[in-house]
This record gives sequence, structure tokens and C-alpha cells, in this order.
Amino acid sequence: MCLQEMSEELDLKMEKYLRGGAANLEVLQDKKLKGQLAHRENLYGKSAKAAAKFEKWLMPSEGGYLEAEGPVEKTWRFKQEDIGQAVDISSARNQYDVVLPELGPYTMDFSSSGQYMAVAGRKGHLAIVDMKNFEVRREFQVRETVRDVVFLDHQLLFAAAQKKYTYIYSPEGIEIHCLKDHGTVLRLQYLKNHFILASINKFGHLHYQDVSTGASKSYRTGLGRTDVMRVNTVNGVVALGHSGGTVTMWNPNSSAPLVKMLCHHGPVSALAFHPNGHLMATAGKERRIKLWDLRKYEVLQTLPGHANTLDFSQKGLLARGTCSFAEILSGTEHYSRYMNHSMVKGYQIKNLLFRPYEDVLGIGHSMGWSSILVPGSGEPNFDSWVANPFETRKQRREKEVHLLLDKLPPETIMLDPSKIGTVKPVRNKEKPTKEEREAEMEAAIEDVKGNITLKNKTKGRNKPSKRAKKKQEIITKVKRPFLEQQMREPQLSRKKQKVSEEDELPKSLQRFTRKKAAT
Amino acid sequence: MKVKVISRSTDEFTRERSKDLQRVFRNYDPNLRPQEKAVEYVRALNAAKLDKIFARPFIGAMDGHIDAISCMAKNPNNLKGIFSGSMDGDIRLWDIASRRTVSQFLGHQGAVRGLTASTDGRVLVSCGTDCTVRLWNVPVATLKESYESSDNSVKPLEVYVWKNAFWAVDHQWDGVYFATAGAQVDIWNHNRSQPVRSFEWGTDTVISVRFNPGEPNLLATSASDRSITLYDLRMSSPTRKLIMQTKTNSICWNPMEPMNFTAANEDSNCYSYDARKLDEARMVHKDHVSAVMDIDYSPTGREFVTGSYDRTVRIFQFNGGHSREIYHTQRMQRVFCVKFSCDASYIISGSDDTNLRLWKAKASEQMGVLLPRERKKHDYHEAVKNRYKHLPEVKRILRHRHLPLPIYKAAALRRTMTEAARKKEERRKAHSAPGSISTRPLRKRRIITEVE
Repeated sequence: MCLQEMSEELDLKMEKYLRGGAANLEVLQDKKLKGQLAHRENLYGKSAKAAAKFEKWLMPSEGGYLEAEGPVEKTWRFKQEDIGQAVDISSARNQYDVVLPELGPYTMDFSSSGQYMAVAGRKGHLAIVDMKNFEVRREFQVRETVRDVVFLDHQLLFAAAQKKYTYIYSPEGIEIHCLKDHGTVLRLQYLKNHFILASINKFGHLHYQDVSTGASKSYRTGLGRTDVMRVNTVNGVVALGHSGGTVTMWNPNSSAPLVKMLCHHGPVSALAFHPNGHLMATAGKERRIKLWDLRKYEVLQTLPGHANTLDFSQKGLLARGTCSFAEILSGTEHYSRYMNHSMVKGYQIKNLLFRPYEDVLGIGHSMGWSSILVPGSGEPNFDSWVANPFETRKQRREKEVHLLLDKLPPETIMLDPSKIGTVKPVRNKEKPTKEEREAEMEAAIEDVKGNITLKNKTKGRNKPSKRAKKKQEIITKVKRPFLEQQMREPQLSRKKQKVSEEDELPKSLQRFTRKKAAT
Repeated sequence: MKVKVISRSTDEFTRERSKDLQRVFRNYDPNLRPQEKAVEYVRALNAAKLDKIFARPFIGAMDGHIDAISCMAKNPNNLKGIFSGSMDGDIRLWDIASRRTVSQFLGHQGAVRGLTASTDGRVLVSCGTDCTVRLWNVPVATLKESYESSDNSVKPLEVYVWKNAFWAVDHQWDGVYFATAGAQVDIWNHNRSQPVRSFEWGTDTVISVRFNPGEPNLLATSASDRSITLYDLRMSSPTRKLIMQTKTNSICWNPMEPMNFTAANEDSNCYSYDARKLDEARMVHKDHVSAVMDIDYSPTGREFVTGSYDRTVRIFQFNGGHSREIYHTQRMQRVFCVKFSCDASYIISGSDDTNLRLWKAKASEQMGVLLPRERKKHDYHEAVKNRYKHLPEVKRILRHRHLPLPIYKAAALRRTMTEAARKKEERRKAHSAPGSISTRPLRKRRIITEVE
């Protein structure tokens, strides 16, 4: 019994690693190919099983959780102070408020391993914080408006969207590049695998720039000014939320959006993608938050409430922030209230961001930035080769080389990235041939002929000749649609013939061909 | 309230001392690796490109002979040694590692036509057009100075004179007999001056002979009457004969599937046969544009190498219709003999221009001792290449080979000819009564009869 349970649990875990079901090999005619594919499927199964076993037995840490005991307790009633007292000291250090009233509101970005944080105050305050020991690595003042900041994942560079241009800074705070052709940028996003920095400027121009080669592309969205932009990390598609209530999705290869969906009756105020790429959350100014299934482009759930900012955590918790209030929702299909956090009255939340690989939510607001504990939000087990929170300098350098080697071309940004490496499906069969159509007609006639039943009519109207005539009528009625279609087809081909006739004639004789009246 | 949050202590996740290895943690969750398929595809593409960059198969030429190389023999007991015989009667033992002659075997008056070494590697058997079979003691390469001694010529152990000129010789894989081919097939013993027995079927000259690696008493020969014949030493007469439309220049058995053999044919194709079922070939290996002169299987049995009159050496998969690889140099003339080395990693070709050439069996393989990390990387590259080899971009890079112009043109010409023949056949079939003309597959078409 116990063994069976264990195998069932393993099967559940395996599903994730199988990345979809096996192909149907039974329809294949080619035995050799069938054998090869069967062998490969077998290998996939084995590796998925090994990975599932690894997950079950060998993972070093377990995920966080917050559970209520008894029917009266609710998870959303717990205050941050309660949680802080219940957890260990090193975790409780993650609850803090940094009050910098002059330079706010603040926005922030975490590096992909959560090791560093870049914060930017609207009034020109830029800082890099090492999250391991909460040490400010570098801090400087650019003396102009800073609208957004984003980490570029190599060499710890970061980009800041400033008053007029976007700048790229080294971790020491030295300006490396000034990206003038982006214009006045409102929002920045970085596509890690493609080395692409995407920006939206105040004229609604979407700009892509490859930070390793410098190649750039710009598209007019034509939908007005917006500062709602997010990247779907699963496929690299950039989504923009517009003031008309539409959400558009873009890739750098096409000047028109891949998807344009009307999400709200009012401006879209925030947007976020679930890390599995299938779920999108949008918030509208008309007090609605909607969760969308991106495989079907359907609303899964509509929640009431405003949101200035939305963010999904690695484990799928959704955070929304409005005014001085942050709410965290949880669930898989159906999202419901999980935790609340109220800041001091008067603080305006600008930005919410979950810290990767930690149970921490960073809040950037008008009076500085804060950090709260959200148990169960982060991925407990990191992969040293993907993102390592304990990375040394040597490891980071080596990883940068590998990242550059695996740099993806912009063509790999598409709505369904699993299409890469597959062949086009066979086209549907073209129109039926003449013989096939005739056969179809014959079959229809035979079908009718077999079961013609005529009513017995009154005397004089039931003569054999009349009956035969009636039968013939029925048959012609059946034939009619087929014949009509046939009539339509040859007309086309006759037209074609005429044209070709003209071409085929020797030049000297072409003048005798019938000319069209119009020309 | 039950609460737990992730908390990692730095000690647990970093190394204790600076001499320790860095600790590595894995999490195979697909959600952590977005766009993994695209990344894999890019890696496959890069691996294919790297493959092209590192493809340098030619290692070096071994010169010393003063006439065309006619035959070669591997020494089953010594990985580094290879024997070669030339048209002027010179036989040499080469050290592949240093690419120098170790010793010369002088004595043949005419061309050396066949060379083979006994299973233990101690005796070399040679035969030639001077109607003699000579047995030689192979010098044992133990000490380095023996290689460098001035007098490195070897005297024959035995000289057996016979009635006719010889065309080929092959030693049993496991036993004391060897077979020579000439006017008839003769079976010899090491210490008898006359053949133990002789086989004859027809009057034409037998031009090649090979013993079966699995069944020591079975041998296959090809003759200039376009036939391939199978013999069994335990029987008094030849067992089976297959007549094709063109002559077979050489035969090689698959060492891992000893019922199968591949015949190098004059019509520039190689035909793989199952010895139990000779009415059709198992596979036709096309790509050469002129007569295939010699063939040798890799000890792994997964691929074989062919040398051709069109001055190229090609490597085929044992079950692949087209070649995996083509080797050519500007100076290499018509190739008369090729051998796979006993460790399946080198190829030696002997050609008309009196040189032996040493090639890598895998053009872009990294030679020498590999670190485990390097080997892992190579394996990974191989796997991703294999996974995406059907996609156009990867396929184009992997398949592209630079060909000498004459061969490129000849191949194009052959393609047009076969295409024209196919079309003609198709039209003839379309305009005849249904069923009156039957197309035979290429696997059967070149076979005339099978005689028991």
C-alpha cells in the first residue's frame, strides 16, 4: 500500500519533468523510425523519473508556508510582527523599512539570483544593495528624474531610465552607455536569454536593443502613452497595457503586435505574468483585477480592487499594491486572499517585487522602500547553474561566458516557444479531384435510389409514368448541388485556358486574339 | 499559526575552506529554465559549427615506397604497426605513431598483391605476381633501438613457389590456414609448401578473398567473372555463387554481425549482403563516382571505409545509403587500399602516389587524453546535434562538404543520369499495359543470378 502511494506520488512529480505527453507512435508506418522514437521516449521517461526521485529525496531545503490553526484563525489576519516573532532571527532581518522621504517614490529590481537589488528614487537616487548582508555596494545621485531601473544580468550592469535618456551603469556607478535613441523612457524590461533591453517611451514607441551587439529596433505602438510593461519570461514576449484597456504583446521581429486583447473597460494600470507563462494578471482602473489563461485567451477569474502594481512570485503567489496597502493572493486555479500588509497611512506604493529564491516581498513606495516576509512565495531550491544566490566572482564570470554562448537570436521570441525545433504540420488536403467528386455524387444518388418510397396517390396520379417522373425528380434534386459546383469549377479553368492560349500563340498571330472590350 | 520561511545559512551552501570545491546544487524544475528548447537549439547549432571548425581529418602522409601501394595489412597484435606492399615488390612495416618505416621485407620480384598477418601477429604472409607465397617473421617492437638500427630488412621465413600468379591472400581469424586467390582459391597451411586444398568454380581469376570473422571455416571471394562466391572449408566444393552485373573488387565481412558482408563494386557502389540470403542486397551504399577499390570495416562494425578510383576515401554507416564523410587531398591519387585501425579511431589509405595517408576516423574528434569535463561536453554536443540534425539550418551545416570540382561534376552527372533512367522507366511503365513491366528495386537490379 505504502509502495503504491509512493509510486503514485512519483508519477505526479514525473508529469512536470516529462514536459507533455508522449507522441502517438502507433500511427507511424516506418518501423525503423518507430523504434528510434520509442527508444527516445523511453529515455525521456527514465530521465523524468530520475528527476522526480531527485526532487523527492535530494533537495536540500523545503519551501515556506503559513497556515492557520483552528477555524477562527485566518492567514490574512496575521501581522508582519507576528510572523517576525515566529521565524528565526536571520529571516526576521528581512523585515525592514528604509525611510528616505525626500527622494521617493522608489522603484527596485532584483538580479536573477536575488543576490543584489538596484533601487532608484524618482529624484535621482540610485543604489545597489547586496542582499546577503544588507550592505549598500554603491550609491549615487544623478540629479535628474529616474523613472525605472533594471538589472542587466551580466557583469552586474544596470540600466536606469532617466529624464531624457536611458543610461547603463557599471556596478561601481560609472556611466558606461547613454542610449539616446530610446527617447524618454517610462519603463524598462530586460530579456535575459536574448540580451535584449526593451523600453517604452512617452510617445508609445517600443524599443528593443541588443546590449551585447548594440543592434536596435523600434516600433510605434500607436496606442498612446503607457508605463505598463512586462516580459513573459517563458517566451520573451513583451506585453504592454494601454489606456484604452487593451493589452498588446510584441516580439522584436514584427511591427504589429502578436496579440491585441481588450482586457478592461478603462485604462490598464498593472500587468504581471505567472512564471509558468500561462497565466497573466491585469488590473484596470475600473476596479477590476483579471486573471487570464494565455493558452485560450480567456478570463479565469475576476477580482474586485485597484492595483498600481502586480507581481507573481516564483511559486505563483500574486501581490497587488494600491495606495499604502499590499495584498497577497494565493491559489492555483482560483486565487483568494492569503496575506495583507498595510503601510503607514499616506505612503504610496509604487512597486512590488518578490525577491527570487526567498520568501520576501520588496515594496518601493513614496517614502523609501520596505521589505516584508511572505512565507511560501519563493523557490526554496536553487540550481547553481541557473541562478546561484551564493555565487562567487569566479563563478559569475564563468556563467557570463556561458550565457553569451547560449545567447538566443531574437527570432526565438514567439508566443509558443515549444514550436522551436519542430516541423510544420502537414497541410490539409486540397480540393477533391474530379473523380472523387463524381464518385461522391454517384454514392449520393445510389443512396437515394435505394430508399425512395412514394406515397400511394389517388387514381390517375399513381400511374407508373408519373411515379417514374417523380423518382427522376428526386434524383436530379440530389445531383443538383454537385452539378452546380462542377459548373463553377470549369468556368474558372476555361478562363485560365484563354489566357494561356494568348501566351502560347506566336507573336505575329497574337494581334488576332480577341481583345477585352474594356481595354 | 504555523509558519516557516526559507532561511539559508551561508555555511551550508558555501565551501568551508578555500581549497574545497565549490558546492553545487541542482533543481531540475523546467520553470526555472525558460526557453530551454530554444537554448538547446542554439547549442546544437553552435555544436554543428564547432564541428566544422575543428574538422581537420588529415594527420600525415607516410612516404617511402617508390611505386604505387597495392595492399595493406593490419597487425592484430600491435596497434601501431601496419604493413604495406607496393607494385615494385617492396613490403614495409610502418609505425603509425611516428609515421616511419620500421622494417622492410625484401624478396618479391614482381608486384606484391596480397598481405595478411596471422592471428597472433607473429607471421606475415605475402603473395604477388611472381607466383610466390612468402612467410615472414614480424620483428617484435620491444626496444626502441631496434627500430633505429641500420639493418632493418627482414629475410623471408619460407618461400613457396606455385603455378600461378596470386591476387590476394587472407588469413583465418582463428586458425592456422590462409587462403590465396589467383587462378583458383588455394588453402594453405603455414608449414606446408603446397596448398592443402584448392577450390575452383569457373575459369576466371579470383581477385579477392576474405575469411569470415565469426565462422573460421567460411570465406568469401570475388572473381573477375563478376561473381561473389562463398566457400566452406569443411565441404569439398564451393557453396554459393552470386553473379552481379559488374565486378566486385573487394569484400569485407562485418566483424560484429558476421553473417553480413559488404562488397566494393566496380560500378562505384557498395552492396551489403546477408550471406544467408543472397537474392537481394540489404543496402546499397552510393556516393563514389568511380570504381570502389577497397573496403574495410571498423572493428565496431558500425561503419566502414572505402577507397575509390575517384581519388577519395569515404566513410559509410553500415546501414546508411550515403557516406558520412569524404576525405580527399590535392595530392592523393587513386586509392587502392584502405584500412581502419584496430582501435577504430584512424584510417590509413594507400594510393597510386606511393604514399600511405593517415586520417582521423571522426574528422573533428579531439585526440589525446580528455578530461572528464571535456568528454562530458563532447557527449552533450553530440547529443544535441543528433537531436536537431533534421532541422534545415543544422542539417545544412552538418552535411556540407567541400568536394574537388571533378568529383562534384561527376556526381551531378550521375544524378542526372539516374534521374533520367528513372523517368524513362516510369514513362515506359505508364504507357504499357498494367503489370507488363515491373520495376526491380536497386537492391536486386544489379544481381544477375544466384547459383547454388
